[in-house]
Amino acid sequence: MKISGKIASFFNFLFGDSARAFGALSVALVALLAVVPAADFFRDWRGYQKRYLRLVRGRGDATSLTRRFQPGLQQIWMPELGVVDRCPTCHSALKEASLVDVKDQPFRPHPPIPHSVTGFGCVMCHRGQGAATTVEEAHRSTKSWEDPILPARYLESSCGQCHMERLTGTPLLNQGRQTLARYGCVRCHVIKSPDGVAMTGTDDPPSLAHIGAKTTREWIAAWLKNPQAYASSATMPNFQLPDDDIRDLSAFLIAQSTPYLASREAAPRVPTDDRALKNGASVFGESFCSSCHAIQNAAGMLVGGNLGPELTRIGSKAKPEWLADWLRDPRVYDPDTQMPHYRLDAQQRGLLMAFLGNKTDPDFLGNRHFDPPTSVQIDHGRALVNERGCTACHEINGVKKADNFAPELTLVGSRPLAKILFAPGVAHTLPDYIAAKIRQPRSFSTSLKMPQYTLAPEQVEALVTALLAQTERAQKMPTALRVPPRRASDYHAAGQAGRLMEELRCFSCHTINGRGGDMAPDLTWEGTAVTRPWLVNFLKNPNTLRPALIRRMPKFNLTDAEADTLADYIMTVYQTPAFDRDSIDSSRFTPADAEHGKELFYGKYACQSCHIVDPDKDKGYIGPTLTQTGARLNAAWIFHWLKSAESLRPGTLEPVWKMSDEDARAVSAFLVAQKIAPRTEPAKK
Amino acid sequence: MNRTWWAWVIPMMASVGACARHPATPLEPKPKAFGAEVVLVSGDKQVAGVGAQLDQPVVVQVNDRKGAAVAGAPVRFAAAGGVAFQPDRGLTGSDGQFTTNVSLGGMAGPYQIVAVTTDSSGKRAEVRIEEIAEGYQERLGQQLNAIHCIRCHDPESTPERVSNHDNLSAQAHAFTEGAVLNAISDANLTAIISHGGAALNKSPEMPPYGNRLTKSEIDALVAYIRAVSDPPYRPQGVFYATN
Repeated sequence: MKISGKIASFFNFLFGDSARAFGALSVALVALLAVVPAADFFRDWRGYQKRYLRLVRGRGDATSLTRRFQPGLQQIWMPELGVVDRCPTCHSALKEASLVDVKDQPFRPHPPIPHSVTGFGCVMCHRGQGAATTVEEAHRSTKSWEDPILPARYLESSCGQCHMERLTGTPLLNQGRQTLARYGCVRCHVIKSPDGVAMTGTDDPPSLAHIGAKTTREWIAAWLKNPQAYASSATMPNFQLPDDDIRDLSAFLIAQSTPYLASREAAPRVPTDDRALKNGASVFGESFCSSCHAIQNAAGMLVGGNLGPELTRIGSKAKPEWLADWLRDPRVYDPDTQMPHYRLDAQQRGLLMAFLGNKTDPDFLGNRHFDPPTSVQIDHGRALVNERGCTACHEINGVKKADNFAPELTLVGSRPLAKILFAPGVAHTLPDYIAAKIRQPRSFSTSLKMPQYTLAPEQVEALVTALLAQTERAQKMPTALRVPPRRASDYHAAGQAGRLMEELRCFSCHTINGRGGDMAPDLTWEGTAVTRPWLVNFLKNPNTLRPALIRRMPKFNLTDAEADTLADYIMTVYQTPAFDRDSIDSSRFTPADAEHGKELFYGKYACQSCHIVDPDKDKGYIGPTLTQTGARLNAAWIFHWLKSAESLRPGTLEPVWKMSDEDARAVSAFLVAQKIAPRTEPAKK
Repeated sequence: MNRTWWAWVIPMMASVGACARHPATPLEPKPKAFGAEVVLVSGDKQVAGVGAQLDQPVVVQVNDRKGAAVAGAPVRFAAAGGVAFQPDRGLTGSDGQFTTNVSLGGMAGPYQIVAVTTDSSGKRAEVRIEEIAEGYQERLGQQLNAIHCIRCHDPESTPERVSNHDNLSAQAHAFTEGAVLNAISDANLTAIISHGGAALNKSPEMPPYGNRLTKSEIDALVAYIRAVSDPPYRPQGVFYATN
């Protein structure tokens, strides 16, 4: 009662007569009009701009800093990129490199990057809401804005929106893309680059068409149970199958397996004594199997390359008759294998079989033994193959390849949070969701089909980085900004030599004309570089050129005719158009040239830091040994190499010397004089 | 009018506010013992990308006055600038050590983290540990270092890379040797990388990279060398704007 009475009398006081009412309304209107400028006056960014001016006032270059400072709302606007970034309103010092010692945001200058901040804007790389002018709205996600600032650890993903090619400065992104291709992710998930090309796998999942000839059902079961128990480096994930499913899957795979065209040659005699094991290890070493295959040593460390499968427990897997055929010619079992056809003789194969057959692990197979499979088991196995998408990676007789088995991830980096079901305990951000999904896919739902991978934390971080690059923005980017990947070429050498090169799988390690691996030197212009006698000898008996490298050229045991065919082709076809191989006549070098070259070699250019010419004195072993350069290389190649090695072989470690013609000529004369007659092998027929 | 509704609303609002704003703070474990000092065991001077977790965990140990390890002593980690610890506090294990995983903040540069223990009277003892976060430039420099420099400038060998350090007559300086490298100005460092050691009357065993690397790549290498320098590099003089 009292309160309503007071309100009534107050109302009378304000609006009792028309003059009072006019006055009161005028005051109210003025107050109302004052709200807008007042609210504007107290905006976040005005405070930051005042603080910035106070900050620069005491500095040495205060005058120029103050002059460059622009008050009011600042905006980077690029309609063609869809960028409206008002970040410089508060981040006033973005381009002021002299403020490098300032530690407080928003006043730090942007660290140096290859792009201009005003040329690309901020949200392109950092995400967030560019048009917002308050701290909260710009950086964090709200109900109407789901794209908060990208955590700094995943920043490299933003480079990947335009750059499809490997960049030196983005190791995490490179590793992530490599992992997507190597761990089979792209065999189930379609991931397209903005140019519409889907990523392809670089792993080589074996065909299971003849699996029964290669291994036993017991091994398949143990492998399916836990692939990493067989080989810690295995890329096959764990499908976490119950024992009954494993039993039925192995039954189906064995039942579907057909025999391959096995050789009719008798398997070599396999010696079993201790000396055979030792000699087998020597053959394994001499053939440089470990360039591609790793074996765990006594200390549990993996020693060897990862191009082929790990062989630590190969004796528990491979059937001896299969291994005999494989070592004789791997293409008989798998026409597409990357493994070269070594021309090993029966004795060498026998020793290798003894060595590899001894690499067993009884704990891995356990005491499992299966009765012959029933038709119920086989049918269930077939259903499981279809259900689990085994054929997305592996070829299996009688089952169609599973295409698009898993959701497409081309736009996963822009997936709206509203469409994501988060598992309990996962922070509600896109990077955390993707990381959790990779780490433990089944934690989201036990019915999910995605298998469990064994990945290091760094690998998960790399994968998240690569996937966050798959944004809608990347798809809409103007074509001119895209840096497309170098697409692999499908170069094939022609004729008999071409067939031989395929048989020896030269392209597994060497790149020629854009096709091939990166384990060994690029051979695109090898014919200009080397001399024919040296090449023939090297093909038959590869000696060590680079002592610091672990991976070496294997000895293929070529016949004279085969070495000649290869050498003829390389010498004729693989020639650089830049200069003529015979343009410098080394016979016109004088001993004085060579003497001067020696001074330059050891003095001005200090080549001995990396190369050995005199094995008794020189110690550097980063580059190839130069003791037989005169027999190995052509003078013109050496001359041009000393001028600009990188233009002859991109990616070489040799610095670009840009030597003067006189210096290059003198050093060439010195190197051409280095000749040690190569050891000759008795001819093999 | 009944005024008792205030008595309901205030505690309700207070409790709603408390629930919404303050997540339950983790319970501080009750110390079983106390030490006199905390020392670093391993994990300092690591280099990682901004915001990334360090490869190796940081391990500290609490000792008593005689230097013997104390089990069950309280340890707490703290740092400025968005550094995260997993976990950030706890008790030392039976070996007197406490291990935590550290994620650095989002800004490039050195980070100082502090490990604190208290004795029975509540007196603090601490150890300061330095870690380094790389921005884009330092990261690029690190990658270039791994391609071009490390074989001679890193005396340590790995299974994949044999060090060439000891094969040189002039010993190449490891990039962490701040005592030597901090005295060389940015301009001179750039000149040595671009034109080789001979250009500055140093050993010609350092080849010129000016024709192999771009200007920005050499800048990145210098930034990396400055970032990993020990003692830390402190730029001298006045700064002037460059753009």
